[in-house]
Amino acid sequence: MRVLLALLKKEFRQIRRNRVLAMMIVMLPVIQLTILPLAADYELKHIKLGIIDDDHSTLSQELTNKIMSSGYFNLVDVGQSYTQGLEQIERDKVDLLLEIPSQFSQNLHKKGTESLSISANAINGVKANVGSVYLTQILQSYNVEMLHKLIPETMYANSGAILTSSRYLFNDNLKYPPFMVPGILALLVTMIGGYMSSLNVVKEKEMGTIEQINVSPIKKYQFILGKLIPFLIIGFVVFSIGLFIVARGVYGIVPRGSYLLIYSYLFIYLIAILGFGLLLSSFAETQQQSMSITFFFMMIFILMSGLFTPIQSMPEWAQWIAAFNPVTYFIKVMRMVVLKGSTFMDIRRYYLIMVAFGIVLNTLAIWRYKKTID
Amino acid sequence: MKQFKAFVIKEFYHVLRDKRSLLLLIGLPIVQIFLFGFALSNEVKNATIMIVDQSKDAASLSISEKIRNNDNFHFVGFGYAYKDAHTAFMRGEIQAAVIIPPNFQKSILRRENPTIQIIGDATDPNTATAVINYVTVITMNFQRQALGMTSPVSIDVRNHMLYNPELKGVTNFVPGLMALVLMLIGVLMTSVSIVKEKEMGTMEILLVSPFHPLAAIIAKAVPYLLVSIFNLCMILLISIHVLGMPMEGSYFLLFSMSVLLIITALSMGLFISNQTSSQQVAMLISLMGMLLPTMLFTGFMFPIENMPIPLQIISNFAASKWYYIIVKNIMIKGLGVAYFWKEALVLVGMTIFFIVMSLRRFKMRLA
Amino acid sequence: MEPIIFTKNLTKKFGDFIAVNNISFSVEKGEIFGFLGANGAGKTTAMKMLCGLLVPTSGLGKVAGYDISTQSDSIKRRIGYMSQKFSLYEDLTVRENMQFFGGIYGLRNKEIQKKIEYYHDLWSNNEMFDGLVGSLPLGWKQKVAFATAMMHDPDIVFLDEPTGGVDPIVRRQFWELIYKASDQGTTIFVTTHYMDEAEYCNRVSIMVDGEIAAMDSPKNLKIAYHTDTMDDVFYQLARKAQRSETV
Repeated sequence: MRVLLALLKKEFRQIRRNRVLAMMIVMLPVIQLTILPLAADYELKHIKLGIIDDDHSTLSQELTNKIMSSGYFNLVDVGQSYTQGLEQIERDKVDLLLEIPSQFSQNLHKKGTESLSISANAINGVKANVGSVYLTQILQSYNVEMLHKLIPETMYANSGAILTSSRYLFNDNLKYPPFMVPGILALLVTMIGGYMSSLNVVKEKEMGTIEQINVSPIKKYQFILGKLIPFLIIGFVVFSIGLFIVARGVYGIVPRGSYLLIYSYLFIYLIAILGFGLLLSSFAETQQQSMSITFFFMMIFILMSGLFTPIQSMPEWAQWIAAFNPVTYFIKVMRMVVLKGSTFMDIRRYYLIMVAFGIVLNTLAIWRYKKTID
Repeated sequence: MKQFKAFVIKEFYHVLRDKRSLLLLIGLPIVQIFLFGFALSNEVKNATIMIVDQSKDAASLSISEKIRNNDNFHFVGFGYAYKDAHTAFMRGEIQAAVIIPPNFQKSILRRENPTIQIIGDATDPNTATAVINYVTVITMNFQRQALGMTSPVSIDVRNHMLYNPELKGVTNFVPGLMALVLMLIGVLMTSVSIVKEKEMGTMEILLVSPFHPLAAIIAKAVPYLLVSIFNLCMILLISIHVLGMPMEGSYFLLFSMSVLLIITALSMGLFISNQTSSQQVAMLISLMGMLLPTMLFTGFMFPIENMPIPLQIISNFAASKWYYIIVKNIMIKGLGVAYFWKEALVLVGMTIFFIVMSLRRFKMRLA
Repeated sequence: MEPIIFTKNLTKKFGDFIAVNNISFSVEKGEIFGFLGANGAGKTTAMKMLCGLLVPTSGLGKVAGYDISTQSDSIKRRIGYMSQKFSLYEDLTVRENMQFFGGIYGLRNKEIQKKIEYYHDLWSNNEMFDGLVGSLPLGWKQKVAFATAMMHDPDIVFLDEPTGGVDPIVRRQFWELIYKASDQGTTIFVTTHYMDEAEYCNRVSIMVDGEIAAMDSPKNLKIAYHTDTMDDVFYQLARKAQRSETV
C-alpha cells in the first residue's frame, strides 16, 4: 500500500508540474466537445436546390412554396432547362435539381399520376442522399395534402388505402447533437486515456527512470496500478467536465438513464482502454514510437466505432473488426443510457463484453511488462 | 552541401530503421484508404428491424415478407406486442419497428384505411429518417402491386444520383485523405522529432556544431517529405486503380501542389516545435490542434457550408481545406492553375507566415 | 563468513554473442570492489545480472545470500543501484525523488524524513532539496542519485560509472560518500573508467572480452604486472581485447 501511494504521489506531482500538459488535457477535450458536434451535423439545412418548373401552374407554385417553407433548402436560379441545371451542378452551384414537367398539374388531374424527377450531385454522397430523402418526404406529404383537398373526404376514407404513421423515439426533433455528443465524449476519453497511459510509461523508458524502478522490489501489479489510477482519475475528470459542463451546459443534454450506470461503465471502460495503452507501451522504446503505434490503433478504433458512420452498413469483415473494438461498445452504451435511458438489464451484455476486454487487455499488459530482460 | 546530404541520409536511416513508426507512416495511410473505400459509408443498410404483426393474416404476412426481404433491412424477429419492440429499442437491438394493426386484411377489405405504425430510433436521426422512408415506400408499393390499388392522385418521385450512383464518396474522401495524411506526417512527425532533440539534450550538440542549426532541422524534415510523397503515390495508385477515382488533370500539377502542402505542414511542425520542449505537449498540440481540425474543416467528412458561421470562418485557417479544393479541381474536373491560383496562394501565405514566426523564435543559443 | 556476492561460471549470451563468459568471483561484505574493463567488455551486463535486471543464460550467482536466477525479488530489497544513465525524475524535486524511491522500497515517511535530514546536514545545501532535479549541475545530480540509491540502507550498492563526466572535485566528494557508506558496512560494487578511482578500491577485477582477466588488490596487480600505475595494468590487459565496442 505504501509503495502504491508513493507511486501515485509521484505521478500526480509530475502531472501537476507539467502545467501546459495538465491544461491541455482538460481544455482540449472541452473545446472539441463544444465544436465537433456543431461541425459533425448531418442535418443539412442549406441544400442548394434548383427547380426547373416547366409547368408554371398554381400547383407547381404551391409545391415550390411547400418545399421552401421546410427550411432545408436554398433556392438557386438555374434557368429553364435541364441542361442548364446540369451545368450549375457541375459548377457546384447546385446540389439538387427538381424537375416539374410541363402539364404536371393537368396530368395529375386527368390521369391521377405524374412523375417528378430529382437529380442529385452525388459527389457529396451524404448531401445527395439526405437531400433527396428530405425532398421525397416533402413531396409525399404534399401528395397526401392534395388527396385530402382534391377528393371528397368520404370517398378517400373508404378507399381501403393503407395509411402509415411514423414516430421518432428518443429524439423526436431529429437533432444531431444528442447523437454526436455522447459519442464524441466517449472518443475524447478514449484518446486521452490511451495516449497518456502509453506515452507515460514509454517516457520512463526513454528517460531511463524505469531501470531505477526495475531494480526495486516493486511488484508488477503495483507498477501497473500506479499507472492506471492517475489516468483513471483524469479520465473521470475529463468525462465529468464534458458531461456536466459541455453536454448539459452547451447542448442541454441530460442523461435519461442513471449516472451510476454511466460512471460504472466508464470505470470498466477506462480500465480496459488504459490497459490497452499500457500494452501498446510495451512495444515501444521511444515516445515517438509509442505515439505512432497508439495513433495507428486509435485511428482504426475511431473509424470503426460507429461514431460517424453506421456499423451495420459495413461489410461483414468490417463488422467483425468493429466487434473487437472496445470503443464501439462504449459509444453504443453512452448513446443508449444517455439518450434512451437504458437500464443495466438492457446493457448487461455490453457490460460483460467490456469486463472481458478489461481482463484480457490488462492481463496482457502485466504479462508484457517485464522487469527483467532475458 | 555535402554535409547537408550526410545529415539527410542519417535522418533517413533513423526513420527507416524504426519499424514501429513506419507502421504509422506507411501503414496507416493504406489502411485508411481501404477502410474508407470498402468499409465506411453513410448509406443506411442492414438497419435492424422488428415487426409486430397483430393480425397474422395474408395481407400482413405478405407485407412483412416484403420488409424482411428488403436489402436495406436486417430482420431481427417478430414481436407480439409493442412492449417487445420497446424492450428491443432499449437494448439497442433494433433501430426500427413496424406495427401492423389487428384485423389488417379485414380492414382493407372493409375499406377502413388501416394504419401501419413505423417507429424509428431517432437517436441516430439519419438512420431513423431513412428507415421510415424505406418502409413507407414498401407499403405504397405493396398497395399498388399486391392490392392493385392506386391512390386517386399520386406523385411519383424518381431519384437520380448523378456522377456517383452508389454514393461511394470516393471523389470526396480520396482528396480528403490525401490532405489528412500529408498534414499528419508533416506536422506531427516533424514537431515531435525536433522536440525530441530538445528533450534528450541532443539539440545542444546541433546548436554548437559548425553546421547551421536551421539546416539540421531542414535535414530532419527531408525524410518526412519523401515518405509523404511515397504515401501520396500509394494513395493515388490504390484510389485510381482499385477504387476508380478519376484523374482528369495533370500529375505534375497534382504533385507540385502536394509538395506545397507538405511544405506548409512542415513549417507548421517547425512552428509547434518552437513553442514547446516536451514531446507529449508537441504531440497533443499536433493531434488536437491540427489533426482534428483537418478532419473537421477540410470538408470531406462534414460539409463546411452546413456549419455555423463562426466555424465556417475558422475553417479558412485549415490549410487542408484549400488543398482539398485544389485536388478536387485537378483530379475530378481536370482544371489548370488558372482556376485555383488563389487557393495555392493561401497555402504559400500560410507557409511564409509559419516560417517567419519560427525563425523569429528560433533560439540560436540555448536560453 | 559467506561472501556477499558470489558467482560461478556466470554466462550471458545475446544470440550468438557472448557478453559475459563464465565469470567466477566473490566479494566480501564491506568491500569496495572495482569492476573495470574497456567499453563493451561486459561490465554492465554482468552488473545487470547481479541486480536482477537480466536473467543469466547459465551459471550460478548469489547476492546477499539469494540466487540471482530465482530470487531476484529478494535481492532487489537488499541492493541499491545507480545506473550509468542518469535516472532520477528531472521534473521532480530532490526531496520528491527521495520520497518516491524511499516509498517504493516501502519505507515509512518517518524513515524517509530521517534520511533526507541526514543528507541535509551532510550537504548543508538547503535550497537544493526543493529545486527540480533537472536544474541541478551534473555533479549534484550524481550525488543525489547515490543518496537515492542508499535510501533503504541496502547491503550492497551497485554503481555503474557513477562519476562519468564530472569534475575532479566532485569525484573526490563522491568518493567520500562511498567511503562513508562503506564505513557503515555497505558493500560497494563500482564500475569505472578512471584508474585513479580504481586505486580507491579494496580489490578490482578487470574484464576483457566478457571474461575476468585479472582480479586482486590494486597493489598486488601493480606488482604482478611490473608497473607502478593502474593505468598501465589496465592498458596491458585491455590491448589483448579482440572485440570492439559492441555492447
